[in-house]
Amino acid sequence: MKQEILRILTEDAHISAARIAERLDTTEKKVEKVIKQLEKDNVIIGYKAIIDESILPENAVKAIIEVKVRPEREGGFDKLAKRLSKFPEVSSLYLMSGGYDLQVVVKGENLQDVASFVSSKLSTMDGVISTATHFLLKKYKESGKILHEEEVNERLKITP
Amino acid sequence: MKGSKSPRKRVAEHISSLPKSGIRDFFELVNTMEDVISLGIGEPDFITPWRIRENAVYSLEKGYTSYTSNLGLLSLRKEICKYLKSDFGLSYAPEKECIVTVGVSEALDLAIRAIINPGEEVIYNEPCYVSYPCEIKMAHGIPVPVKTREEHQFAIFPNDLRKAITPKTKLLMLNFPCNPTGAVLDDKTAAEIAEIAVENDLLVITDEIYSELSYEKHAPSIASYPGMKERTLFLHGFSKAFAMTGFRIGYACGPADLIDAMMKIHQYSMLCAPITAQKAAEEALKHGKKDMAKMREEYRERRNVIVKKLNEAGLKCLMPKGAFYVFPNITSTGLTSMEFATRLLREQKVAVVPGTAFGPSGEGYVRAAYAASMENIIEATEKISLFVKSLKQA
Ligand SMILES: Cc1ncc(COP(=O)(O)O)c(C=O)c1O
Repeated sequence: MKQEILRILTEDAHISAARIAERLDTTEKKVEKVIKQLEKDNVIIGYKAIIDESILPENAVKAIIEVKVRPEREGGFDKLAKRLSKFPEVSSLYLMSGGYDLQVVVKGENLQDVASFVSSKLSTMDGVISTATHFLLKKYKESGKILHEEEVNERLKITP
Repeated sequence: MKGSKSPRKRVAEHISSLPKSGIRDFFELVNTMEDVISLGIGEPDFITPWRIRENAVYSLEKGYTSYTSNLGLLSLRKEICKYLKSDFGLSYAPEKECIVTVGVSEALDLAIRAIINPGEEVIYNEPCYVSYPCEIKMAHGIPVPVKTREEHQFAIFPNDLRKAITPKTKLLMLNFPCNPTGAVLDDKTAAEIAEIAVENDLLVITDEIYSELSYEKHAPSIASYPGMKERTLFLHGFSKAFAMTGFRIGYACGPADLIDAMMKIHQYSMLCAPITAQKAAEEALKHGKKDMAKMREEYRERRNVIVKKLNEAGLKCLMPKGAFYVFPNITSTGLTSMEFATRLLREQKVAVVPGTAFGPSGEGYVRAAYAASMENIIEATEKISLFVKSLKQA
């Protein structure tokens, strides 16, 4: 049942345990228990709404920054990455295979905000060899949701 | 005009005698009304998975716009046979035991026409898909419905089948999971039906168009029972499981002589199924199974919800094991199926199909399809509940 509950919650974190129980043909109590356990086990880390982030001023500008790093003898990339992740401007941070090492997603109120974070904080950090900043221009899909309107086709109202 | 001769009838007898049932009027009524929440649609509410649509577009771009072999693209037939082997445990040779058709609809038509001589009897489980009796009549056969009952979970009851057999019976048509009841066969029943078919030397058409949409343990295909493969045509298609109704692709697998006979009719009447749709179908079998499984899980959840809500509304409703239909019993309301459906439509703007659309055995029931969004299912069942309450107060 865990898998099913997780699937339903990833589609709609807002849904009540009672509604989930109806869908899975079980009781509300059982669903609540499983969810509690998933929360305790840190499988469910949090609940959060997917919103049109451009509505929030502090998220108006988003950039993806490719960072090349000189790994340290002890700890590799971790130390620098952990340090970077503490900045509130950084919304996600990944260690990547391929042409660069860290991918940093940065959000800010405007271009200046992001640029100054990169020039004053990020590129001056010990171990950072180079950065390449890509500003995001338009979103087509976010967290599995397609953001443009798809045409709805008329179907027959009733068919055998 | 000269003489007293009555004017010649323009329409062939066996066509003009086909029932033009009252259901047409009901359908017309639904289609003229605005803001109806419909649980009356016998097709998936999902759009065909993108990867399948994309492959159809790609095939057009590559210039696949020709006829195919009459039997269908060999590459598609190979995929079909591979799939039937892995998922149904049935082995057929793609070269001569498989034909690709324009939907299961065409496969049904070909199969019946290939088998039936005028006056021979065809038995089938009823309530059933609306086409069955008409297809049989168009082939000059005699339809012999066997009523399936709620107390048997709408599975065909072997003794009822035995009683329907006469020396003229040639063919048995089965549809499990069933439209409109959602019934499936259990192993014991399937085995007994297979025995009866062998004993009486019947040919069998098994329409398993809903087979992927089954939510609990059920019997394997009737074609896999002893003595059955050589007398069974296995019909299947892409409309329901892959949400591909508009592509119009189905197929039949069975003994080479029967497939060859079907091929003759198909060759002269249809030539072949459209190549774009065949290409899409091939993609569905190669890479579409995950999408299909996802849709099935969604249907399962909707089924759980609709059954609970209908029972809470005071309509006795079995938990169907397959397809995407529920068939609640409405006799407690004192209305006929048609009255119930018409009044529900007029008073609450919810569309369900009267059980009698699926043959006289459907009286006392309506069919509600849960191939509708969860929100619509919840809203519609709330309205049905209001409607049933209003009847009790009246
Ligand atoms: C039992 C049954 N058989 C056949 C069909 C026709 O399917 P197709 O789209 O493959 O022609 C349907 C469609 O509703 C059906 O319910």
